[in-house]
Amino acid sequence: MSDPNPQELYSKMLDEAKAEVVSKEGKTRVLVGTATCGVSAGALKIKEDFEREIQEKGLDADVVEVGCIGHCYAEPMAVIAKPGFAPVCYGYLDDGLVHRLVEDFLDGDDPSYEYALAALERNDVFPTFEDFPRGAYEEKLILENCGYINASDIKSYIARDGYSALAKALTGKPEQVLDEVKAANLRGRGGAGFPAGIKWEACLNGGADEKYVICNADEGDPGAFMDRSILESDPHLVLEGMVLCAYAIGAQKGYLYIRAEYPRAVWHVQEAIDQARDRGLLGSSILGSEFDFDLEIFQGSGAFVCGEATALVNSMEGKMGMPESRPPRLASQGFRGKPTILNNVKTFAYVPFIINRGADWFKEIGTDDSPGTAVFSLVGKVTNTGLVEVPMGTTLRQLIYEVGDGLPNKKEFKAVQIGGPSGGCLPESALDVPIDFDSLHDAGAIMGSGGLVVMDEDDCMVAVARYFLEFTQHESCGKCTFCRLGTKHMLDILNDITRGEGDAETLGLLKELAEDVRDGSLCNLGKTAPNPVLTTLEYFYDEYRAHIEEGRCPALVCRDLILYYIEPPKCSKLCNVCVGSCPTEAIFTREDGLKEIDQEKCVKCANCLKACPPEYNAIIKLSPPLLPPEKEKKAK
Amino acid sequence: MQLKEGEKEQILSCVKDVLNKSSKKREDLIPILQKVQAKLGYLPALAMEIISEGTGVSGADVYGLATFYNQFRLIPPGDHQIKVCLGTACYMVGGDITLESFERRMEIKEGETTSDRRYSLERVACVGCCTMAPVVVVDDEVEGKVTPTRVDGIMLALKNGNDQTKDKQDQEQEDGEQQ
Repeated sequence: MSDPNPQELYSKMLDEAKAEVVSKEGKTRVLVGTATCGVSAGALKIKEDFEREIQEKGLDADVVEVGCIGHCYAEPMAVIAKPGFAPVCYGYLDDGLVHRLVEDFLDGDDPSYEYALAALERNDVFPTFEDFPRGAYEEKLILENCGYINASDIKSYIARDGYSALAKALTGKPEQVLDEVKAANLRGRGGAGFPAGIKWEACLNGGADEKYVICNADEGDPGAFMDRSILESDPHLVLEGMVLCAYAIGAQKGYLYIRAEYPRAVWHVQEAIDQARDRGLLGSSILGSEFDFDLEIFQGSGAFVCGEATALVNSMEGKMGMPESRPPRLASQGFRGKPTILNNVKTFAYVPFIINRGADWFKEIGTDDSPGTAVFSLVGKVTNTGLVEVPMGTTLRQLIYEVGDGLPNKKEFKAVQIGGPSGGCLPESALDVPIDFDSLHDAGAIMGSGGLVVMDEDDCMVAVARYFLEFTQHESCGKCTFCRLGTKHMLDILNDITRGEGDAETLGLLKELAEDVRDGSLCNLGKTAPNPVLTTLEYFYDEYRAHIEEGRCPALVCRDLILYYIEPPKCSKLCNVCVGSCPTEAIFTREDGLKEIDQEKCVKCANCLKACPPEYNAIIKLSPPLLPPEKEKKAK
Repeated sequence: MQLKEGEKEQILSCVKDVLNKSSKKREDLIPILQKVQAKLGYLPALAMEIISEGTGVSGADVYGLATFYNQFRLIPPGDHQIKVCLGTACYMVGGDITLESFERRMEIKEGETTSDRRYSLERVACVGCCTMAPVVVVDDEVEGKVTPTRVDGIMLALKNGNDQTKDKQDQEQEDGEQQ
């Protein structure tokens, strides 16, 4: 058999893809962000609106679906790329705005900058995303293509030099891939930060003829969506990383373990696998070489614990997702008892860059011990929510105040929760901690997979700790006694505290139990479950004490410790808004015309508070839940 | 929940169909359960029994899987499914209050279906549009910034809108029975 050079085959593919993309870029294109975040904000409707308007006007323009550009606060969004203009990104779209844009920009020549968020290329007229404070800190690497390429079209990825790392690697030896990844000190992005290269080497040396590569896309953290966005926006990047890993360790078969709750991600990845296979980038003799590797999707059924490596493998084998004690590590004995590499979506996504640009280049980004970038889904009480990528070593303050543009509504910062239910809550004083695996760990939080929730003065830290513990308690697989029963008991204690019950010993007991659960659990779910409790106890001890000793919730959140009250001097007798807004008919009009809340009927839903017109602002929350004395006098 | 008329036959044929197309190995068990649920909307006890027989995995193990994973549901979904998001962002702006409002209006608890199988209510971890929190997914439509008043509105719209046809059918059926 003649030996076609992978590099040659690839260059042909690249030329074709580039030619096609260039011809497409010759005409006006509307790129609508239709990752899950966009779709839930109505992007599919926006896409239809564009298509309809364009057709009605008889214009020559393509409407293309792209992934997530990362600026989730402005969804639904679209980019309009018209020849002769720099591509411009528009946010907060609705049918009216679509009509306007089609009429003025697509049909006319006015880019309507008043509605634009930013341009995507440098130009003399309008700033780009890089010109905003956020741009100064962001360094897009694995999110580079997200929102710019059509995830359903492999050519769109290839035209941006996609799969070039694979072609390069296949012309060399597998060891070169491994050496490069090892030299780059790429640390696993699933949260623990174990060096990927060392894992791969162990697997390579694990002997055995059969080996497996598994991508962990079982993103279960509530409030984290980085992995989903990458899979929906740039699936081929992850596939390429997996093929490179398989080549390095000599695996023939790989799986992507994706949550079944992510139907769009499953669908995009399946499409990507099929397209890659059609082009000989997957399957037998990849790019004409002697290397065979194929990929399949396994849909995870929604169990947080399955993010743990051994639990995930058990789940793939058709068992309950319970973790096993290690060693043996997966790298020597994993799926079907064979050496297995399990890495996070993001870890694989870095590999093509490292192969293409080299380990030295990679190490220049980030810090010495944690090279590269960190991807976060920035949510909660922050102005610019979204998907961000910053170099490791950026401080939390920069991330929240510069990239996220601070807190909305002039509220006071209280805490930032990093790493999901396994992470910790850090206060203002810890904001100058640089973001890297070790510094965060020392501060009591963890890198986790990258969920970052900002909280302000209106958030009760006891309630937050309770919320996360409720989640881990529910997701505990039940194997270890401390995790199964200890978290339950901790939750009971926290429930008592949020009700104002508990005594001087309660907090000591809670802390002791938290430490026991941490020490007495096999896997990281149990080991890290107490983190939210331990960090809030450390940094927000006063809030716990206020609940227990004064029966008061300082943030006015815990519903058993607050009541809603209409201040008589502020209430307008002529307005009836609160009465209508109450779902339980607890608000009534008194004889003197003022409104009053029947505390027996009130369910504390805050509806009246939101409904009361701002010019009166008569409804307030009180904690501890005692009616003011003058009020009681009047009632008598 | 009681099986409706004709439902048993439907379950039997569906499960047999799925089993025939699979390798019946233990590794295939979760995909089998997923496919059956995709077709029936839930995993009835009968289906789990047949799957157990078909794959040779004990009934306890099949039930164990079905209850271990959050994806599987053991009671049928309602005609209208309401999912309240209780991800971090939604929880922080009162997602639990929204859930409570639905529970109050529908007179069922989270995870249940009304006895007429019209509505079911569940909580989900995160639907991925944290900026619109608190979020509720009604059938496939995402509703953002939901307040208890909006909950009443949603319930009213469901009752008045889509259910008119259903009420009519029920009425006709009743009329038929009376005759």
